[in-house]
Parts: sequence; structure tokens; C-alpha cells
Amino acid sequence: MKINEIKEGIKDGLPIALGYFSVSVAFGVSAVGAGVPWWGTSLISLTNLTSAGQKAGVDVMAVGGSVLLIVLTTLIINMRYFLMGVSISQKVEEKMPIWQRLLVAFGITDEIYAVSMGKKHDLTAPYMAGLIIPPIFGWTGGTVLGSVATNFMPQVLADAMGIALYGMFIAVIVPPSKENKKVLCAVIMAILLSVMFTYLPYISKLETGWAVIIITVVVSGIAATLFPVKEEADNE
Amino acid sequence: MSNTYVFLSIAAMALTTYFIRMLPMAIFRKKIENRWIKSFLYYVPYVVLSAMTFPAIFSSTGSVLGASVGCVVAIMLAYFNKGLLTVAIGAAAMAFLIQFAGM
Repeated sequence: MKINEIKEGIKDGLPIALGYFSVSVAFGVSAVGAGVPWWGTSLISLTNLTSAGQKAGVDVMAVGGSVLLIVLTTLIINMRYFLMGVSISQKVEEKMPIWQRLLVAFGITDEIYAVSMGKKHDLTAPYMAGLIIPPIFGWTGGTVLGSVATNFMPQVLADAMGIALYGMFIAVIVPPSKENKKVLCAVIMAILLSVMFTYLPYISKLETGWAVIIITVVVSGIAATLFPVKEEADNE
Repeated sequence: MSNTYVFLSIAAMALTTYFIRMLPMAIFRKKIENRWIKSFLYYVPYVVLSAMTFPAIFSSTGSVLGASVGCVVAIMLAYFNKGLLTVAIGAAAMAFLIQFAGM
């Protein structure tokens, strides 16, 4: 039983690992270019397991910014993980002990979150282990490779891989939007607001991390008020 | 860049990131019963992923056209309930073909 759960996790985790590998090669190349030594870039990926936050941190390091600034930048960009963590905390088995919860917490990334929430069943520790460990290897391995062997991937291929992780998000968003008008409504609201935050004067100056948090809280709040979810639909 | 600075910076990033992830997992250890909060959390994944994908996906590759076609392909594949990997590879392959063709 447990073996099957680990297997299921690995099956879901491998595509994420592959996507991470290609993206993190690019991160390694750019971080070494910014002046971080190869062991530093690899250590960042191993201990942070996040894309946007790492890139922002390296940007600050490149100009020799203060450690406080690094903390604040990381905090803002990664704050969305707090909201994701609340969702995950409700979807892991209620009996999961605290130490396993704290280990699962390390693996909350956009993609792992997306896959976890797409599952019909509660999340068990073996499943999460299978889901999280391959991406850690993919993310760190790609960074090491990109840091020591820059420019080994043709630019056109690296460019095309950039869309792969967004493809995974779309695979999570579209099926429920097709079947549930309320979800579709929330998705459309989120996209409209996100476009506004990207292009409108003044508010487009806001850090992307803040924009994502504001949109998430506002739109989910409106949707929860207008279209509360029926009790029996909780686990959908 | 001194080794001390690199170490301190990495420690700061790693601890901050883990703290954010760990906090909710440590706090919310019981199932939340409040219907509004449950509804809120039900919508969070779709909202956060939508906001992160659009419009960022259109500038995710070297060409806006390639990314746009890749995005349409992803939506179509997802509409027919294809798996995560199929959708991701489908989008990347289409974006690659368009860029490779120099469009």
C-alpha cells in the first residue's frame, strides 16, 4: 500500500523534476553570470527550491545588497507559499504527525502545490515524499549543470522550455473550469486582475509577489462569499 | 563576492523561504470547519495559478507568437483532460517548433 503511494508520487513528481531541470539550468547560468560561485548557486537551489525567489535573491547579491534586503525580497516573492501552505495543511491526512508536516512544508512549490491540489484523495506522507524528492534532484541537478557548463543547451530549446511549467498550471486550471462555472468565474477574475497589475500605470510597479497575493486574497474572498462551496464538495 | 557574504545570503534566503512554508503547516493541524474559509481555500489554487500564468506565459519564451500558440495548445490539451506532462510538453514542443521555424 505504502509502496503504491510512493510510486504514485514519483509518477507525478517526475514530470515536475524534468521541467525543473531545464529551468534550473537557466538559473545556474544566469546566477554564475551574476557573480555567485557554482557551489553557491547549487546550495541556493538545494536549500530554497523555488524559482522566482532565488532569482530575486541573486539579483540583490549581484549588487552586494544587505542581508536584510535579501530577507525582505524573499519574503515578498515567496509569501504566496503561505496561502498554499494553508491549503496543503487541510489536504494532508489529518493524522499526519507534525514532523512529517514540517518535512512536507519544505516541498511546497507552485508546481508541487498544483499537482497536490489536483489529487482527489487526501495527501499521505509516502505520496508527498515521492512527489517532492524527484523535483529536488531535478532542480539542484540542473543548477549544478548550468553553473559548471554554461551554454550547453541551445538557446531556442531553453526558450521553449520556459513555457513548460506554465503548461502544468494550465493543466490544473482548465478541467475544473470546464465543469464548474464558479471556478471559471474566479479564474477569469484572476486573469483580468493579473493583466491589470501587469500593464496599468502605477499598480504595475508593484512587485509581482505582492500582486499575486493581493489577487489571490481578493478573488478567492469574492468567490467564497458569492459562491460558497457545498459541504459535500469539500474534497473536490 | 566573498564566501562569507554568499553563505550569509543563502542562509537568509533559505530560512526565510522555509519559515513561510512551515508556518501554516505548523499552525493549521486540524481540519478547518468554517464554511467561508473552506470555500476560500477551495478557490485559492485556481486563482493563484491563473494569476501567475496570465499574462506571464506570453513572455515565457523567446517569441510572443510561439508562446501564444503554445498556450492555446496547452488549453486545448487540458480541455480534453490530458495529463500534466502531455500538456506541458505539448506547449513546449509547439513553442519550440514556431521559434525554430523563425516565426
